[in-house]
Amino acid sequence: MMRPKLAVWKFASCDGCQLSLLDCEDELLTVADQVEIAYFMEASRATVAGPYDLSLVEGSITTAHDAERIREVRRQSKRLVTIGACATAGGIQALRNFQDVRAFTEIVYARPGYISTLAQSTPIGQHVLVDFELRGCPIDKHQLLEVIAAFIQRRRPVIRTDSVCTECKRRGTVCVMVADGTPCLGPVTQAGCGAICPSFDRGCYGCFGPTESPNTAALAAWWRRLGASDTDILRAYRNFNAWASPFREESEAHERRER
Amino acid sequence: MSDANGKAEGSRTIRVDYLARVEGEGSLHLGIRDGAVEDVRLAIFEPPRFFEALLRGRGFGEAPDITSRICGICPVAYMMSAVHAMENAAGVSIAGPIRDLRRLLYCGEWIESHVLHVAMLHAPDFLGYPDAIAMARDHGEHVRRALGLKKAGNDIVRLLGGREIHPINVRVGGFYKVPTRRELSTLTEPLLRARDAARALVDRVAAFPFPEYEQDYEFVALRHPDEYPFNEGRVVSSRGIDIDVADYDSVFEEFQVPHSTALHARIRGRGSYLVGPLARYALNSDLLSPAARDAAAAVGLGPVCRNPYRSILVRAVEVLHACDEALRLIAAYTPPDAPFVAVPVQDAVGLAATEAPRGLLYHRYRIDASGSILDARIIPPTSQNQGAIEEDLRRVATACLDMPDDALQGRCEQTIRNHDPCISCAAHFLKLTVERT
Repeated sequence: MMRPKLAVWKFASCDGCQLSLLDCEDELLTVADQVEIAYFMEASRATVAGPYDLSLVEGSITTAHDAERIREVRRQSKRLVTIGACATAGGIQALRNFQDVRAFTEIVYARPGYISTLAQSTPIGQHVLVDFELRGCPIDKHQLLEVIAAFIQRRRPVIRTDSVCTECKRRGTVCVMVADGTPCLGPVTQAGCGAICPSFDRGCYGCFGPTESPNTAALAAWWRRLGASDTDILRAYRNFNAWASPFREESEAHERRER
Repeated sequence: MSDANGKAEGSRTIRVDYLARVEGEGSLHLGIRDGAVEDVRLAIFEPPRFFEALLRGRGFGEAPDITSRICGICPVAYMMSAVHAMENAAGVSIAGPIRDLRRLLYCGEWIESHVLHVAMLHAPDFLGYPDAIAMARDHGEHVRRALGLKKAGNDIVRLLGGREIHPINVRVGGFYKVPTRRELSTLTEPLLRARDAARALVDRVAAFPFPEYEQDYEFVALRHPDEYPFNEGRVVSSRGIDIDVADYDSVFEEFQVPHSTALHARIRGRGSYLVGPLARYALNSDLLSPAARDAAAAVGLGPVCRNPYRSILVRAVEVLHACDEALRLIAAYTPPDAPFVAVPVQDAVGLAATEAPRGLLYHRYRIDASGSILDARIIPPTSQNQGAIEEDLRRVATACLDMPDDALQGRCEQTIRNHDPCISCAAHFLKLTVERT
């Protein structure tokens, strides 16, 4: 039987989400038996021409060239899945979207005239049709394996869309916000990481982006009762998933108040 | 990039449009005219992500989490340089168990990152495979053993940091939560096995066919009086530099080359230099664990290694050292009274350098009295090595001109991979603008 062809693509990113596949030390060789790794530049020199049955896309679109390239990737892909906060929400580099990108360029480069970059860092879904979005900064490798397995079995991946709070409850972690008064984004953040931060006595900082229907304003009001300022709340929502609508709108509300 | 004009007789062009098995996106252009290498360009087309700009206005405590996102392969290095720089700004120095736990976390990253490079990204070059998965068909046991060794490194990072990529447990002043002795001791058994695997890896890698080639690099690394360097030390070089990290900017500088927007680094008034395993080893091999030192001697490394192809061997030796050091730290561990110490906020400049797996990583921040970052400078190892890599390429290509194009291309790729360039790290790197003359 022909094995399905898997391709892994990179746009503006840190490489961490595709590395999650190489970090599957116990499963990597099994995965390689099940799918043909046809294009994965971080791992292999060998490339097999498209079309590809499944494309995993990491990174956000920040250049005109990449905006073209993602269309070509889409054309060559039967199914396209974005992996991680950059591909799904624009990533940390979307912080430029709230500022003047030319000023950003001048801060980093002595001769900014050479730099060709778009004014915004945007998620893949803003450019092409995406079949499934896997959240996380970084993604969880077990969720990645589930996505690949689901694809091989021609079913929808089973990925939770409830909040980090439900994961804390399930693992029996005491609520850091209720018990310790530690500001936490858990109530508005999608589950998937395993609620790691609260289990390390730290508030969630929102790596997996907004959960379905988050009440960001109610959480902000709670943070304020714990002593957080508008600046604190602005910074919390404006992070690795800053360009995801619910976080973006909440951060903008506090930016207005900050002034 | 193309070579459309001026094609003289005997001229040829080697192009690698997308360099494989490195972190990030880069390409290589080599122009050969009339039997001489005229043009060497390691082009980086990683889109800019502007970390130094987006850090402005963020809280000083956010720097470790934000800068870890520069690189998924060595996030711990970014977190460590950031926390040390912020503590430097506050005049705080961390000792005791918290310092030891930071070293332990660094051991974990060195093991997982080095083994990823040695076994999965670089070994296929020497054995003639496109990747580790293809290699596993003929060398299954070796690949599986390497994966197990890599996992031992990731286990440390996960236990101490919360997860392998972008750990969550690092903060300015220490950790959010520290492990108990019992929790740490669960790492001992896997590390003892990893230690054996690391020793075997040294022997395995030592048998690879290494091209004869030596380069007279100026090596630059941290040097600490009594430990192989991770987090602390003076910045020293093989040609006499010996400075406090605070003087880094007066000795080293970044510059733009005319045809490129990529920032390179050089020693002021002197030129390129090399950071990374070869440099660390040359300047610190006396401080390796006894077993790592013995292993290095047994495979004939000598106190200094100038053959970049043998850097894979030095990495394997460093993996063995990291296993030994991790075991030592775990055995000696007594939890601190508190997981972190308070770090006061003040209007100040803070800087620090640590040893990422790929070499020296320098951070410098200016913060205001409220703790907001006013400006940030980050110089990753790959920026610093870019000049040395291009010099390697020029010399290797000149020596290998008789090879057919595909063999020469393979050799050039290998030459770049010797230095394990992390292009995602090199936040300064950009697409090259080609100027023809």
